[in-house]
Amino acid sequence: MARAVTTQKKMIYTLVAWAIGLLIFFPILWIFLTSFKTEAEAIADPPSFFFFEWTTENYGVVQERSDYLRFLWNSIVLSLGSTFIGVLIAVPAAWSMAFVPGKRTKDLLLWMLSTKMLPAVGVLFPIVLIANALGIYDSYLLLIVVLTLINLPIIIWMLYTYFKEIPGEILEAARMDGASLRNEILYVLTPMALPGIASTMLLNIILAWNEAFWTLTLTTVDAAPLTAFIASYSSPEGLFYAKLSAASTMAIAPILILGWFSQKQLVRGLTFGAVK
Amino acid sequence: MGSITLRQVTKTFGDVTVIPPLDLEINEGEFVVFVGPSGCGKSTLLRLIAGLEDVSSGTIEIDGQDATQTSPAKRGLAMVFQSYALYPHMSVRKNIAFPLRMAGVDKAEQEKRIAYAAKVLNLSDYLDRRPGQLSGGQRQRVAIGRAIVREPSAFLFDEPLSNLDASLRVNMRLEISELHKNLATTMVYVTHDQVEAMTMADKIVVLQAGLIEQVGGPLELYHTPRNLFVAGFIGSPRMNFIEGPEAAKHNAPTIGIRPEHIDVSGSEGLWKGRVGVAEHLGSDTFFHVHDTGLAETLTVRVNGEVGFKYNDTIFMTPQPDKIHRFDAQGMRIP
Repeated sequence: MARAVTTQKKMIYTLVAWAIGLLIFFPILWIFLTSFKTEAEAIADPPSFFFFEWTTENYGVVQERSDYLRFLWNSIVLSLGSTFIGVLIAVPAAWSMAFVPGKRTKDLLLWMLSTKMLPAVGVLFPIVLIANALGIYDSYLLLIVVLTLINLPIIIWMLYTYFKEIPGEILEAARMDGASLRNEILYVLTPMALPGIASTMLLNIILAWNEAFWTLTLTTVDAAPLTAFIASYSSPEGLFYAKLSAASTMAIAPILILGWFSQKQLVRGLTFGAVK
Repeated sequence: MGSITLRQVTKTFGDVTVIPPLDLEINEGEFVVFVGPSGCGKSTLLRLIAGLEDVSSGTIEIDGQDATQTSPAKRGLAMVFQSYALYPHMSVRKNIAFPLRMAGVDKAEQEKRIAYAAKVLNLSDYLDRRPGQLSGGQRQRVAIGRAIVREPSAFLFDEPLSNLDASLRVNMRLEISELHKNLATTMVYVTHDQVEAMTMADKIVVLQAGLIEQVGGPLELYHTPRNLFVAGFIGSPRMNFIEGPEAAKHNAPTIGIRPEHIDVSGSEGLWKGRVGVAEHLGSDTFFHVHDTGLAETLTVRVNGEVGFKYNDTIFMTPQPDKIHRFDAQGMRIP
C-alpha cells in the first residue's frame, strides 16, 4: 500500500529539497557568476546577481598569466596515472581477499582503511625528505606514487565489495574449464566486475583530481596540477576575486562535466550490492 | 580413460575433520553417485577430486597418474555446478567455447564441437543468447555443453538438478543418463536425493559424516543394506524399524521392513494398528499406521487405492523373507 502523502505535503517537501539543493550549489554558482564580472563588480556591495556587465576578460588574463593547459595536463596525468596503477595493484589484491580469504583478511582490510585515518600532515616531512633525497620532488613519479598510495585502500575496498558479489562458483568453473589464474581474472572476473571497476576508477579519478594537500605541498612548477593553479591566485598580489573565480571555474569544470556525465554509473557503483 | 582412485584421502578445515581417511575406486565409464544427507562431505569429496580443494593428506590418481598436486585446469575433468556457473557476460556459444579457447583449440575445430554439443543438447537455436535469457533447464544444458566439448576423462556433477522444478528434474535425469550411455565417459554425480541416486547410478556411494557407509549397485543397497543408516536412507518411503520383543522374535535387537513388503488386510494379520494419515499417489497409497505397539508409526505401501479411512483398524503382515535384521551396533545380520 502506498503511503498517504497529500499533494500539499509533497509540494512542501519538494520546495525544501530544492532550497537545500540550491543552498549547496550556490557557492559554485557564485564562483561561476563572479568569474564573468570585473574586479570592481566582484567586490561591489551590495553584489549584483545577474545584472552586471558580463565580461570574459578574466579568462583571458588568467590564461595569459599562467598556462592553464599545462596545469590541466598535469591534473589529467596525475589522476589517470594514479588511478590506473592503483587499479592494477588493487584487482589482484581484492581478488585474493574476496575469493581466497584467510583468517586475517578482515583485519587486513580494516588496517588498510585505518591508514586513511592517519593525518596526512603526520607523514609530510618524511615524504618531503625522501623525495628530496631521491631527487624526485615536483615530479610526476612522486605525485603518482603518493596519490596511488593514499587512494589505494579505497580502491581495494570498493573492488573487494564488488568482487564479493560475484559467485565464486563461476571462477571455479573457469578453473575447471582450464583457465590459468591470469585468464580467470582477465576473461571472467574483470568483464563481470566491469561496472564496479569503472565506478571505482571514476571515483578515484575525482578524488585524485581534487586532492590538494599533497599536490600543493609536493609540487612547485613541473608537476603542479589545477589545485596549484587555483592556489596561485589566492595570495601573492592580494585577492583578485574575479580572476580567482575564473581560475576556479576552469579548474573544476572538467571534473564537474565528467561527474555529470557519469553520475548514473557513479550512483550505481556506490550503491552496488546494497540493493539486490 | 576416466578411472579415479582415492587412497587414504582426508580433508580437514582447521580443527574440523570433514573427510576421515577414505579409499574409493571409480572405474572407467562408471556412473558413480555420492549420496548422503546435507553436510555429509559428498560435495567436498567431489571438490577434492576436481582439485578445487586441496587434500589434507592422501593421494588422488586419475587414469593411474598421481594428480594430487595437479591444478584443476590440468586434471582433464569437467564439472557441472549446482548454480550452473555460466559466464553471464558471454553468449551461449562463447560459454561453450570457453574451455576450447583456453585449451587453444583452433576456430574450425571449436565450431565443429560447439555444433555437436548444441545438437546433442537441443541448444542450436539459443547459441547467440546470453545465459540470463534462458530458462533453468536450458542453462543447465549449456553447463553440460560446456563440459562435453572438452571431451574430459570424467564428468563431475555437483547437485546439478536441485535448482530445477520437479518435472524438469525428471527429464534432465533421463537426459543425463542418456548422455552417459552415449558418451560412455566416467561420471561422478553428487546428490542428496536418493531417487536420483537409485535411478541413475551404476554404483552408489552412501556417505555420512565423511565416512563411506556402503558402496554398491542400487539394488544391492536396496536389498542388502550394510547398516541401519543405509537401510533408512535408501528407499522411499523409508524402511520401518522395529525394536523390542517383536525384534527379539527374529533374534535381533532391531529389525527393518520396507513399507512395500508389508501386506495389509481389514480383518486379520500379524500386527494391528490404527490408520493415520494416508498419502494417495494414485498408483500407490502410503498409510501411516499408529498404535501398533511396535514403533511410533509404521508406514505401509499398498498398490492402487484401498478403502481404509482415517482411524480405521488395519491388520499388517510382513513378508518373512523381506525382514532385515540389525545387531546392537546397527550392522546387518546376514
